[in-house]
Amino acid sequence: MTRVRGGTGRTDPPTDETRGHAGAGRSRPSHLRRIRADRVLLAVALPGLAYFLVFHYGALFGNVPAFQDYVPFLGIGGSQWVGLAHFERMFGDPTFWNAVKNTLVIAALQLVFFFPAPLALALLLNSVVGDTIRRFVQSVVYLPHFLSWVIVIALFQQMLGGAGVVNGWLSTLGFSGISIIGNPDAYGPLVVAQLIWKECGWATIIFLAALSQVDEQQYEAAALDGAGWWRRLWHVTLPAIRPVIVLLLVLRLGEFLSIGFEQFFLQRQSVGPETGEVLETLVYFTGFANGDFGYAAAVGLFKGVIGVVLVYTANKVAHRLGEQGVYRA
Amino acid sequence: MSRATAPAWMGRPTPAVRVAKAVALTVVVALVVFPLWTVLATSLASPQDVIENGGWVVWPDEFSFDAYAEILQGGIITRALLVSTGVTVVGTALSLLCTIGLAYTLSRPKVYGGKPMLLLALFTFLFPPGMVPLFLVVQGTGLFDSYAALVLPFLVNVFNLVVMRGFFQSIPPELIDAARIDGAGELGILRLVVLPLSKAVIAVIGLFYAVAYWNRFFEAIIYFNDQTKWPIGTVLRQYVTGGASLAETSGELATASPQSVQMAVVMLATLPIVCVYPFVQRYFVKGVVTGAVKA
Repeated sequence: MTRVRGGTGRTDPPTDETRGHAGAGRSRPSHLRRIRADRVLLAVALPGLAYFLVFHYGALFGNVPAFQDYVPFLGIGGSQWVGLAHFERMFGDPTFWNAVKNTLVIAALQLVFFFPAPLALALLLNSVVGDTIRRFVQSVVYLPHFLSWVIVIALFQQMLGGAGVVNGWLSTLGFSGISIIGNPDAYGPLVVAQLIWKECGWATIIFLAALSQVDEQQYEAAALDGAGWWRRLWHVTLPAIRPVIVLLLVLRLGEFLSIGFEQFFLQRQSVGPETGEVLETLVYFTGFANGDFGYAAAVGLFKGVIGVVLVYTANKVAHRLGEQGVYRA
Repeated sequence: MSRATAPAWMGRPTPAVRVAKAVALTVVVALVVFPLWTVLATSLASPQDVIENGGWVVWPDEFSFDAYAEILQGGIITRALLVSTGVTVVGTALSLLCTIGLAYTLSRPKVYGGKPMLLLALFTFLFPPGMVPLFLVVQGTGLFDSYAALVLPFLVNVFNLVVMRGFFQSIPPELIDAARIDGAGELGILRLVVLPLSKAVIAVIGLFYAVAYWNRFFEAIIYFNDQTKWPIGTVLRQYVTGGASLAETSGELATASPQSVQMAVVMLATLPIVCVYPFVQRYFVKGVVTGAVKA
């Protein structure tokens, strides 16, 4: 029988007491007894648990309007069922495919340019011997992670906007200003640059932790064999942190469509929907700006389901590669 | 720079490499610091100074606090700062309470229903609620136009929960057994043994929650009809990145330039984070890495 924890403390006497009672009633009372025994712990967990039940599992029902001609006034119970009509409309809708295209382009840019950036910065920081300097740089580069997207975009407007710092410098140097903010052609690189500015430093934490675990003796042995800085990096450092790199890459692939919302919501207007619309902003603008809740829910559900499939597949791939993956199931 | 810590095998990098590294690090630091610096400088500059420089300033000719005085005289910004502070303080306290409670229970072996509860929480990582479903839940629970709409839908973060649980699990079980033998109940063990040992992780996760609450802006747009309830992030979006004019709304004769006022708003939205940051920063690696490794 499993050990039962006494709610009141003191391991032994409650255990004896429990045994005596468990003998009397076999299956159902033992559940009750265990609940009673753990009642303090269960009570402490309850608020957190209730949160997940209401705002995550309750929200699953919020996907129902994707199959309805949803009228806010009538609610989910009163609205008419339309089956897969929203999905049919979605797949025939050029604005939807445009949002898919923009999302994929930005996700690909993020993968190619944002993913390696923290690794490079971590390798650079790791090669700095002075502790004070390294800690100082780390404190500085972690900071932007804690600024909101509104602040980050305000900063970028101030630096790169039409009347911004960089344009000011260019014009004093005699060049005509180029507008980066609000220029559809520059939107992809711009949003990735913003992401790198905001998150690159923070993302180094995990690489730095992995780098600090690398066996010193391997470096020593490599150095004795005549390996220079580059060879040590290539033959010792990178293989040693390979599991972390693979894990993060797999995670990133699993969340391929989750490119973020706030950053794009804030800047969609300045470049226009043709380049600025991504799946998440499409959900917002059709649902909240146009009141087409059913269609917006359908787009959101589509993105969510693809997301689950991607995470699941990515995790499977991680296991195939012999890595731990995100979860074990 | 202390050379003493470098092991012998590393060798001395060539001067070219050292210069290259120094330049790279300086550029990285400057890229982060410079934008923040110009924002501060512009917010403190006089109107003539801002106009002469074309809208931004690197070093003000003379310092002027007009921009701050203008927005802190009890208008939209003052109110928004109060709203954000309140939501952040109350939200962080509630979030920590719920996260610690759930994480503590899930960290103890053989709690009744422990495994299903853990899976229930972890599964949400796989399928986060979309914008429309969450909106309908908030509507259904009657949270419209209530500050609770900025707190309750984000009460517990799965990642923070997992980090917290991992930290609790790393506490030696002997300590907990000893406390139990001394007659402490479950809450006594939590209060007297677990929490005092977990200050670092509570500080870090508290900061994560606080920052999330402080930075929240979008929810106020969809959940609040009443604009006087807006937090600072939403106001910032409206008047700085959205391009609406703050001077028009405040209705007073502006003594500071519009750019200074905008940058002062950005500063005020950034300041609390920059102030708390140094105190918590040293716990980052410990807090994040213990959690990430356990997860």
